[in-house]
Amino acid sequence: MTVAAYVLGRRRSATTTGVSFHSLPGYYGSYVAIWCALPALALYCLWQLVEPGFIRTQVLATLPAATLELSEAELGLVYNDIRNLVEGNIVSGEPNDEILAAASRYTSLQRISNLGITLVVLLVGLTSLGWAFRRVEPGLRARNKVERTMEVVLMAASTVAIFTTIGIFLSVLFEALRFFQQVSPLEFLFGLSWSPQTAIREDQVGSSGAFGAVPLFAGTLLISGIAMLVAVPVGLMSAIYLSEYANSQVRSFAKPMLEVLAGIPTVVYGYFAALTVGPLLRQFGEGLGLGVSSESALGAGLVMGIMIIPFVSSLSDDVINAVPQELRDGSYGLGATQSETIRQVILPAALPGIVGGILLAASRAIGETMIVVMAAGLAANLTANPLEAVTTVTVQIVTLLVGDQEFDSAKTLAAFALGLLLFVTTLLLNIIALRVVRRYREQYE
Amino acid sequence: MSSRPRGVKERVAEGIARRYRRERNFRLAGLGAVLVGMTFLGFFFYTLIGNGYTAFLQTHIRLDVELSADVIDPDGERDVQALGRADYQGVIRNALRARFPDVTSRNDLRELFALVSPGAGFELRSDVLSDPELVGEALSLWVVADDDVDMLIKGHIDRAADESQRRISDSQLGWIEQLEADGSVSRRFNHRFFTSGDSRDPEMAGIWSAVVGSFFMLLVTLALSFPIGVATAIYLEEFAPKNRWTDLIEVNINNLAAVPSIVFGLLGLALFINIFGLPRSAPVVGGLVLTLMTLPVVIIAARAALMSVPPSIREAALGVGASKMQTIFHHVMPLAMPGMLTGTIIGMARALGESAPLLMIGMVAFIVDVPESPLDPATALPVQVYLWADSPERAFVERTSAAILVLLAFLLVMNATAILLRKRYERRW
Amino acid sequence: MSLASNLEKETVPQAGVGTAEDTSIQAAPDIRVVGETYRTVGDYTSATPVIRTRNVDVFYGDNHAIQNVSLDVGKNEVISLIGPSGCGKSTFIRCLNRMNDTIESARVHGEILLDGEDIYSRRMDVVMLRARVGIVFQKPNPFPKSVYDNVAYGPRIHGLARHREELDKIVRTSLEKAGLWSEVKDRLEEPGTGLSGGQQQRLCIARTIAVSPEVILMDEPCSALDPIATAHIEDLIDELKKNYAIAIVTHSMQQAARVSQRTAYFHLGRLIEVGDTDQIFTNPQHELTEDYITGRFG
Repeated sequence: MTVAAYVLGRRRSATTTGVSFHSLPGYYGSYVAIWCALPALALYCLWQLVEPGFIRTQVLATLPAATLELSEAELGLVYNDIRNLVEGNIVSGEPNDEILAAASRYTSLQRISNLGITLVVLLVGLTSLGWAFRRVEPGLRARNKVERTMEVVLMAASTVAIFTTIGIFLSVLFEALRFFQQVSPLEFLFGLSWSPQTAIREDQVGSSGAFGAVPLFAGTLLISGIAMLVAVPVGLMSAIYLSEYANSQVRSFAKPMLEVLAGIPTVVYGYFAALTVGPLLRQFGEGLGLGVSSESALGAGLVMGIMIIPFVSSLSDDVINAVPQELRDGSYGLGATQSETIRQVILPAALPGIVGGILLAASRAIGETMIVVMAAGLAANLTANPLEAVTTVTVQIVTLLVGDQEFDSAKTLAAFALGLLLFVTTLLLNIIALRVVRRYREQYE
Repeated sequence: MSSRPRGVKERVAEGIARRYRRERNFRLAGLGAVLVGMTFLGFFFYTLIGNGYTAFLQTHIRLDVELSADVIDPDGERDVQALGRADYQGVIRNALRARFPDVTSRNDLRELFALVSPGAGFELRSDVLSDPELVGEALSLWVVADDDVDMLIKGHIDRAADESQRRISDSQLGWIEQLEADGSVSRRFNHRFFTSGDSRDPEMAGIWSAVVGSFFMLLVTLALSFPIGVATAIYLEEFAPKNRWTDLIEVNINNLAAVPSIVFGLLGLALFINIFGLPRSAPVVGGLVLTLMTLPVVIIAARAALMSVPPSIREAALGVGASKMQTIFHHVMPLAMPGMLTGTIIGMARALGESAPLLMIGMVAFIVDVPESPLDPATALPVQVYLWADSPERAFVERTSAAILVLLAFLLVMNATAILLRKRYERRW
Repeated sequence: MSLASNLEKETVPQAGVGTAEDTSIQAAPDIRVVGETYRTVGDYTSATPVIRTRNVDVFYGDNHAIQNVSLDVGKNEVISLIGPSGCGKSTFIRCLNRMNDTIESARVHGEILLDGEDIYSRRMDVVMLRARVGIVFQKPNPFPKSVYDNVAYGPRIHGLARHREELDKIVRTSLEKAGLWSEVKDRLEEPGTGLSGGQQQRLCIARTIAVSPEVILMDEPCSALDPIATAHIEDLIDELKKNYAIAIVTHSMQQAARVSQRTAYFHLGRLIEVGDTDQIFTNPQHELTEDYITGRFG
């Protein structure tokens, strides 16, 4: 119909000869088409939003009064049963007559609703089409109107990013708040013991579950710390070597290699950490007479560090290259050697940028999931020994949410509380880091 | 001359050797750092390829199978349903029995039958279904060996080890050696790895369902993130006034690019599955989540591409009376397109390798069937790697490595395309 | 180390060029095989040379940037290098302390002697060379450090001061000589980048003086400065020539006339004419020099 509208509008402007129109025929076509499609589409979306609520009230109205006196939550369950029945899913328990009746009512309502909305949408589309069609005349500034619409569309697209952030924040926040209704935030933030698995086995000792997240923070910090210990010196020195020392052949070979390192999916690093590095470390530890857990923090940290090397090095590379050549010349002109120039002039000058890069890398390390899921442990040990197994925030989020879960248990909700913490922490790190880097850039522009 | 302190030259000369030593050490440290990365990369590919290449070959056993019509099609009507119901695994067992007539005890028979994969019967069945003429014939058939046999043949199980230390019993080893002696064991190209879905039996497991799942997901991601990303970039770069609001959008996009992927998974779980009621494990949800993740990458690349188009082009177009929108769509966009596409491909490559958020939205399910639409339950290639890496069977180790190699090959192709595109159309103004 | 070794490999001494000192000093520059031949007008030698260059050629890749230039820098004199932009004058003085080493494609041929030592020879250490031949650049480039640390940087890396008092003294004398002490003595700990443009340039001069070089090279030191700051620097150059040999590249003929005793005119990579500043500006011998001086081009 929209296409037809385009053709109609175009033809009307193109076939009217003798008068000069304000815009090209195509714009009149688009103008009519937009008028035809947009109002109808808007109406349809609106109805889609309202429909479930409307049907729900209608269907519930058919249920006997006794059912209606149930609490809101139970009523929701009943309604879910009805919907499942309609969609042919498995229903909990044998459906009774009332439910069956309600289900058939649901089906018929849905059919009416679908039919109705189709008719209404067609009608609205045709009406607005007709209206717009009649407005097509030489004086109409169709191009301006079409372009204005497109600009609004573009603007709307740019808000998707904002809505994503808001969406993340709200969805995580709401679930986290529900979690904090069950577990106090203080216990969560400062508790020293973490054993959420109790939700499965009621008879277990301490079946109330322990949600003290400190061991998770400690584990996350330990592993990320090891990763940063590997990535920062190696990444920074690589960047220095490649940008200051290496000739163009070495550079053109080594840089893509580092980029390959950056392009390897994290799950592959995880596999490598779990199946190659972990056992290797354990054998090595046995050789030294040390008990190294095969899921040691060291293994996961090392591999994560390797993963972050290209990240640190490419950020440092940018920053080092942004240091103006004049500063190098000034230092060389005084007779400084290259390493003296790098250490005493270039690095101090680039420091803010490098710090920003390291913060970004740290936020990457904290949020990294697959490596730790595959190579770090599940047990929440509170230890600073890198040879033992520790667990991290991200590992727990995955463990708590993978598989079929009730959405209301404290266990599942705890994952969202952890997610909230993770999100806020990394967001803060990112904002600080990006601001530092940006200010640094401006300094040398 | 008098005011110049004496001995400057001497003092400089004194320190020079020490300074050059430090210089050399520093330089070596830099070189060492670069080598660390390289060494890891080398080690990494060495182990991956070393572990993985054998998965492309699969051990088969030759059996003389008799497709007797009495067993398979007792009614003699060649009815598809009847053919489908027949006991093909039994046919293969009979062939094994015929090959080793002196095995009689129940335990021994069970061990004997375990030499052949439980999937061999299914394959025979589909052979027969596609060519009913086979019924009644006696065939010399290469059937898939069990994964333990496969591991033995590939040398991952030590034949000299004590029986209790290996997954193959002494009598099984004996039979295998007999088969080997008369040339009835062979390694052939493992086409199942590329054409079948996941399976509990490593020898039957393949990556096809995961590949298709990944494909559907990328399709959704591409269809959404490219238009939205480009539209956002155009708005921010060409239309947006420089004010607080656009500043906020910009900061926000940069931040989103650095938010951990798992958080996007949480969003997907809470929003798309719990609120919008989209199905779990569906590529469409995965695609939506990956869209949100990829969007910042696409936007940043598209903006850079737009920014690199010189203002003189815009001025020229505006100068001949084009509207702003016409200028952008007729002149700026075509010039910026290669850059935008490059950015999008790189974003897609990242999306293809991503797995953490997919775990959140239930794409870790065990999926045997190949999904037919973005709404069917599916898994993705990296998630398949994750699942296999967790499996205890030794045979899954090589399959995991092989799946990783396939994944890396895809990524390589995508990135190479992006680089070629950039090289081909790169323009210096 | 890398700097020195890189260059030595590339700088292949040309047989028969510049080695026979005695004959080549008095004669006009030899007619050379490289490029077209030409002859520098005027006396390019100095009675008390600190730096002596003979038959210098510089290439950037395939570009022949300096062709067969011979020129002396004398003790306690200011020699200015003038000429239209791109004529190679900056390239030339950057050869005098091997700053061109940092450019990968640059090659230098010919002979450059500092106190009789060939600076491109294997025995000459580039660190030592630059401690003896300082350089001040066109754009003031103080390090992002405090004023004090900027001046102390050279003495520190070269180990010129045994203890803090000695370093303090070097910093103070250098700043005094650069005429900056009275302006910054209370702000020694503030960042050098916070000073005004003219102050920054004087800071860079102080930084160079702190290493007590024998020669100071100045590459258009005033082109980024306003007239008042320029006057300051010119006064300073006048002051400095009591202790140092100075070679200054400048775009401004007035500046050359004001500060220098000798002037060398470069044109398209060639040294056209050298002479006493008065003579060059009042009575140029070469047609090109005259055209430039009288403003016909440039």
